Amino acid sequence: MASARFTVVGGGLAGLMTAIKLAEAGQNVDILSIVPVKRSHSVCAQGGINGAVNTKGEGDSPDIHVRDTLRGGDFLAEQTSVKGMCYAAPGIIYLLDRMGVTFNRTPEGLLDFRRFGGTLYHRTAFAGATTGQQLLYALDEQVRRYESQGLVSKYEYWEWLGMVKDDAGRCIGSVAMDLRTMEIRTFPAEAVMLATGGPGIVFGRSTNSLINTGTAAGRAFMEGAIYANGEFIQVHPTSIPGEDKLRLISESIRGEGGRIWVPKRKGDTRPPMEIPESERWYFLEERYPKYGNLVPRDIGAREIFHVCRDLGMGVGGEDAVYLDITHIPARVLDAKCKGVLEIYEKFVGEDPRHLPMLIFPGMHYSMGGLYVTFDPGPNNEPIAGSPKNQATNVPGLYASGEVDYAYHGANRLGANSLLSCIYAGQIGGPAMIAYAKNAPKSAASSPAKFFDSAKKQWVERFETIRQMSGPENPYQINRELGDIMTRNVTVIRHNDQLKETLAKIQEFKGRWSRLNALDTSNNANRSLSYVNQLWNMLELAQVMTGGALLRDECRGAHYKPEFQLPEPKTRDPREDANWMAAWRAQTDRWRKTTIAKYNKDAPEISYEPIPTPVLPPEPRYYG
Amino acid sequence: MDRAQTNGTRTHVRLRIWRQESPDHEGRFEDFKVPYHKGANVISCLMQIQRHPVNAEGAGTTPVIWDSSCLEEVCGSCTMNINGRVRMACSSLVEKLQEPIVLEPLHKFPLVRDLMVDRQRMFEALKQVKAWINIDGTYDLGPGPRISPKDQQAMYVLSTCMTCACCLEACPQITPDNKFIGAAAISQVRLFNMNPTGKLNAEERIRGLMQEGGIQDCGKAQNCVQVCPKEIPLTTSIAAMNRGVTKQLFKDVFSADKETKAASGPA
Repeated sequence: MASARFTVVGGGLAGLMTAIKLAEAGQNVDILSIVPVKRSHSVCAQGGINGAVNTKGEGDSPDIHVRDTLRGGDFLAEQTSVKGMCYAAPGIIYLLDRMGVTFNRTPEGLLDFRRFGGTLYHRTAFAGATTGQQLLYALDEQVRRYESQGLVSKYEYWEWLGMVKDDAGRCIGSVAMDLRTMEIRTFPAEAVMLATGGPGIVFGRSTNSLINTGTAAGRAFMEGAIYANGEFIQVHPTSIPGEDKLRLISESIRGEGGRIWVPKRKGDTRPPMEIPESERWYFLEERYPKYGNLVPRDIGAREIFHVCRDLGMGVGGEDAVYLDITHIPARVLDAKCKGVLEIYEKFVGEDPRHLPMLIFPGMHYSMGGLYVTFDPGPNNEPIAGSPKNQATNVPGLYASGEVDYAYHGANRLGANSLLSCIYAGQIGGPAMIAYAKNAPKSAASSPAKFFDSAKKQWVERFETIRQMSGPENPYQINRELGDIMTRNVTVIRHNDQLKETLAKIQEFKGRWSRLNALDTSNNANRSLSYVNQLWNMLELAQVMTGGALLRDECRGAHYKPEFQLPEPKTRDPREDANWMAAWRAQTDRWRKTTIAKYNKDAPEISYEPIPTPVLPPEPRYYG
Repeated sequence: MDRAQTNGTRTHVRLRIWRQESPDHEGRFEDFKVPYHKGANVISCLMQIQRHPVNAEGAGTTPVIWDSSCLEEVCGSCTMNINGRVRMACSSLVEKLQEPIVLEPLHKFPLVRDLMVDRQRMFEALKQVKAWINIDGTYDLGPGPRISPKDQQAMYVLSTCMTCACCLEACPQITPDNKFIGAAAISQVRLFNMNPTGKLNAEERIRGLMQEGGIQDCGKAQNCVQVCPKEIPLTTSIAAMNRGVTKQLFKDVFSADKETKAASGPA
């Protein structure tokens, strides 16, 4: 395999870790990324990375991490991958530490850990409140080292357009476009890793970067890759609404003691600092005494929606609640959360050290994504070096990071995403090498016709796009798509509204064909690429909304009030036999992976049972 | 400020944006007027132009090309000259800017189109100074070295550098065709040479600073530290690395002496 090459698409944590694993094994890697890899969306992760290192004498362990993760995801996650990830977590944190990540330290010079949502343990290692940025930089530096040795070639400002397949249906490379010169070319590869992140821009404004359109996942889906659990969209409880995006206020703010409240009296117009303690309603602490402000994100977001929308008790009668850290010394905040506080200061113009922040939930993360497999070993963890790990159903095509569906089930726990990205890259890289070794034929020696025809198809498609001269504007359609998706396919879902959304998406597809390409230049023409991306976003929107419509239950982030189980009669639901029977019936019916396959008119949706070799399902309960 | 006469509230934002289809084309300013929204920043104005690509004269035009991604000042993409000052477009709030808001690309980097430039020289500089830790491998070798909270705080600030290029744009020593690596890469050497493992390869990085385009090209104008959006103490880093280079030069003189003696054999 001397001349073998591998392609990694995406330069965030998952992509770079995959590239490092490939290069470390002596393989040649092409990294395609629509932005310089150092600017990938992983930089936006703030709070930290989980690993049960147990440095606080709390008795934490990887097994408890597994349990918290599976419960947090309402038992929809793929269990062997979760176990592998949680057991690998302490080693991953140590590796990052060795790479020079400037993790916060204890007085003894050890790694410090903080609290995060959905767990009772100090399990989250952090570098100020820009942990994702710091982790990405560490991997970026290691990749640059391999780049200077000639093992890694970066193609930055290159957009992945689609696969090249041979006549057996194997993925033997990619077609990509240079976003500056508009050149379209193929990249033969023994295996391709899609590490292209999430689809936040399908929701218009979200906490995601502008590059997170999900276009690669949408296109891979159209080319035969299964998209799983698309309806599971995480809405983060605390973000700052904005005209251009919703800016995340990290869960670590609550991990460090931040409290959420609204005035007890509806319509109280006093400034927050004039409202005495006894007249504040700390609704999360009241309802969830054990987890308090650190309930999992789906629950936190729903409670804030309930307070603002159903009770009309948002601050000033609006969609807003206070996130208060004014009781924490500024010195502590600056050492541990400065990055987040600066975002609030810069974009809102107020100092959160002295005035409670005004926040509201915002679309944040997709638990669903491309379907991938794992090869479980006797300990129920993925077997290291198996070609089946992180493999999509298209031979030769792999997926890892937010774009894969596996690790987070129906709801992701905070600080598990950085971990899942790195772990998926760690097992994905070796899987690609193993696949290539076993492949009957190398991609490099495949006939040129496969590459030529794939390239021709894309050159023609972009010529067609360039000539689009209709009345519709692609950015405007994205805005409208985002508005309806945010309204109907986030925190609270109703079947009539989901049907309305599906009809609207069909209408957008109709309008797509009447688009204006806006720009005919042959240099750095973003409109052309955006028109193509928009179609792929519409495909994903259909998968998400269609999956949500069919799933008549409440599970994690997917919440349909009409199908909610009644409140249990006992504080611990396991003591209410009737409730347990209803819960079991629901679990038997719906605790399945949603499988979406591409079909020209609407995605074909089916369900796949989820094995539970690690932990049987139990009611999710955070009282 | 463009405010409606009747009620004193702003309704529109006026922008004057540099348009240039490619380095081979002539450039010019184009004026725009977009509706004002509370909390608007430069990016949200550019996004409005994307949705309605019409200039202030009412003529159709192409959407403006610019780089941006995270919109919360951590990715380093959206650097541009705004009203003549280099800064990040995402954190440039309209209500704090004089109108018309003048947007120009960075001048010290090759232009790609409109407000988009090529900042590859910054990434090449990171290669020149070997800005990484030489780990043995990614396999499990246990925890890293212990680090005091004080050192961590100092290193953390240095490692928030997002390669945005503000410091290079503001530096009088940087020109589009010279090789000066600039403050960002110099400060990264300080970061890695502070790290207990990084120290083991400190000399390699110092030698990177002694190559063509290295620290000797710094003219001590101190503009870099004033424009850094992350408030990284860049001039402190440059001073520290200057000392590092001086030490290395002394070492080189003395060790070169020894080598000569050894090579010439017994007297």
